[in-house]
Amino acid sequence: MANKPISEMGLPRSTANVFAARNIVTAKVWRAVAAAVFVQENVSDVMDALSLSEFELMEVLDVGLEEVTRAVAHVSEISCPPYQTALSLLEQRNQNEYLAGHLPTRLKGLDAALFGGIPFGVVTELVGPAGIGKTQFCLKLALLASLPTSYGGLGGRVIYVDVESKFSSKGIEMGLSSFPEIFHMEGLAQEMAGRILVLRPASLSEFTESLQHIKVSLLQHNVKLLIIDSMAALASGEYDLGPPKHHPLGWHISFIKSLAECYRIPVVVTNQVRSQSRDEASRYLFQEQSRAETIEDPSNFNSHLVAALGIHWAHAVTIRLVLEFRSGQRVIKIAKSSISPSMGFYFSITSSGISLLDDEGVEMMGPEANTISWQVINGIFMSIMQATVALLIMIVKCCNEKNGKMEQAM
Amino acid sequence: MEVSTLPISASHRGKLISSGYTSLSSLSSVSPSRLSQDLKISENEAVEILKVASRRSGSEKIENGNHAIMNGAQTAWDMLREEESSVCITTSCSDVDVILGGGIRCKEVTEIGGVPGIGKTQLGIQLAVNVQIPSGYGGLGGKAIYIDTEGSFMVERALQIAEACAQDMVEYDNLLRKDSQACRVIKQPKAFLENIFYFRICTYTEQIAVINYLEKFISEHKDVKVVIVDSITFHFRQDFEDMALRTRLLGGMALKLMKLAKQFKLAVVLLNQVTTKYNEGSFQLTLALGDSWSHASTNRIILHWNGDERYAYLDKSPSLRSASAPYAVTGKGIRNAAPNCKRVKLM
Repeated sequence: MANKPISEMGLPRSTANVFAARNIVTAKVWRAVAAAVFVQENVSDVMDALSLSEFELMEVLDVGLEEVTRAVAHVSEISCPPYQTALSLLEQRNQNEYLAGHLPTRLKGLDAALFGGIPFGVVTELVGPAGIGKTQFCLKLALLASLPTSYGGLGGRVIYVDVESKFSSKGIEMGLSSFPEIFHMEGLAQEMAGRILVLRPASLSEFTESLQHIKVSLLQHNVKLLIIDSMAALASGEYDLGPPKHHPLGWHISFIKSLAECYRIPVVVTNQVRSQSRDEASRYLFQEQSRAETIEDPSNFNSHLVAALGIHWAHAVTIRLVLEFRSGQRVIKIAKSSISPSMGFYFSITSSGISLLDDEGVEMMGPEANTISWQVINGIFMSIMQATVALLIMIVKCCNEKNGKMEQAM
Repeated sequence: MEVSTLPISASHRGKLISSGYTSLSSLSSVSPSRLSQDLKISENEAVEILKVASRRSGSEKIENGNHAIMNGAQTAWDMLREEESSVCITTSCSDVDVILGGGIRCKEVTEIGGVPGIGKTQLGIQLAVNVQIPSGYGGLGGKAIYIDTEGSFMVERALQIAEACAQDMVEYDNLLRKDSQACRVIKQPKAFLENIFYFRICTYTEQIAVINYLEKFISEHKDVKVVIVDSITFHFRQDFEDMALRTRLLGGMALKLMKLAKQFKLAVVLLNQVTTKYNEGSFQLTLALGDSWSHASTNRIILHWNGDERYAYLDKSPSLRSASAPYAVTGKGIRNAAPNCKRVKLM
């Protein structure tokens, strides 16, 4: 809308001509103040009717205040997106969207708490320490989205941006084995794996570039899910560049959000954890003054992990799921959501993927939902390793049998 | 009164001054055709200039003749009376209403900030529903405009909150109005949603545009009583290189919103994000957009965690003292915190 040429906005002819004569051709603007300076010497820069004050516009356009006010009001009205009532929004969603706009995770309790699964149109974030199962969870979602609709999937392609090179077909096989009816169907497994497109950007700039390509291909190729694993790995390499005032992922945040929304697909990103530095800000100035009165947050003493991307990023995601170890067990918690209550679910990772131990969640109190605790239990690591190795061997065998090249590989 | 103060274009002003028309009185007796000859402009333009000039000198006369000492000024007494009669939108949490002096004030700009997941959007949706409570139930019976810059508005959640609100009204009826069935005007939950006008904003240009457009929109939809911007920050925090421009644009927006609040007697609620700030040797949380922005709103509320409870802290208000009160986010929306920890603490 904001890019609409001013000449098409139906301004009174005389005013439109004045705008055109001064090269104010769209309501969209880059570097408007710089442009205003340019204008005095060189009137050939595109600038934004809305970023300039009315008096600046009077100067630039050489017309009276009344006319400028009218023109600004008009430009504003045209560039303003149309409104919807919340009711029409609700009806539209219910009518048009498959599964009422959610991708089920097939974890019963979690799906119930999320009102059906990972919602379309917003960014869902998974935060957790290494080895907790974030990538597993992503692989599972990728698989579910690529399942044909007759099996309760979304029947579309999946774009998997794999920054840490963790994506492995073993995960997919692992997931497939939890749907035996599909796994044993000839050709279907291959077809589904063929629907998952993996991108491996090596740097932030490469990632930026591929995001723009993704935008084009989203519609053309019937993409139903976008996964970015992980966002933090992209940012961590780039922190030293540029002034710290600018968030290195500032542009990406808005772009990914707009992708989710424009195409009404779920977007899942993962985020790592880092240890909490001692002077981490966690209270406001007014709380400092009355520290004696406020209750000291006990969770600060036993958890020293925080999400790697800071508070700015946390504001931008709509749903945040925290995965953590709690007294030796894995827990997935809903830490931020504008609709679901704060709940935690114990889960385990077995050879058939992620499963909840109990569909009845545990209610989380207060900021507990946002803390990330981490107690290493060697046994757990072992069991994942064993399961993975066993699977790997199995898969290699399967592939080789198919190709009839068993003796060469072994 | 000088010609140079007239709101006309720069070239016209220059021509007027170079032709010797420096004061308004010099324009008062000149005819349009004479002026067009002198300034070498078309007669239409000359008429426009004279119109502007006569309006200006006219308003001066009224000012001088009127009882009001200054144009547009109000006595403190009038303001006090108006303030007493001003209405509030309840937050559905009585403890928070107490520290806010009844709720979110109409005719004022209120800024609400807090960490991610504390319940800013929840409170926004709650207010969009609560503004519609009919006057028979102590509400305003108005409509709401919800400007969503982040895409975090969840229509399913709005429906839940509306259902709970309708339910509360039924209970209120059963308790207090058993006899008079006549005044039952229970709204259907979906009717609540019909009165929330939702704008989805994708760039900061659109954000400025929508705020410019609101004046016209509200004069077409007179019963809008609350404008919620969720959040004012988002587009101005990403990808904005020119900080001076940002400050100016934000300031302009704040002024327009304040004017809207006064003109249409409605409440403006701006949701803001938090950031960290280095202060006296340690990092602290503070609301985003910097110090100059902190002057933009009349009231400022910070939502924060205190132990396991959510608290609302009134950080800035022209008439009320700073205080904090607990609240809870429940399935029904914003409500009082559990009774065992119910207390209002003054600081």
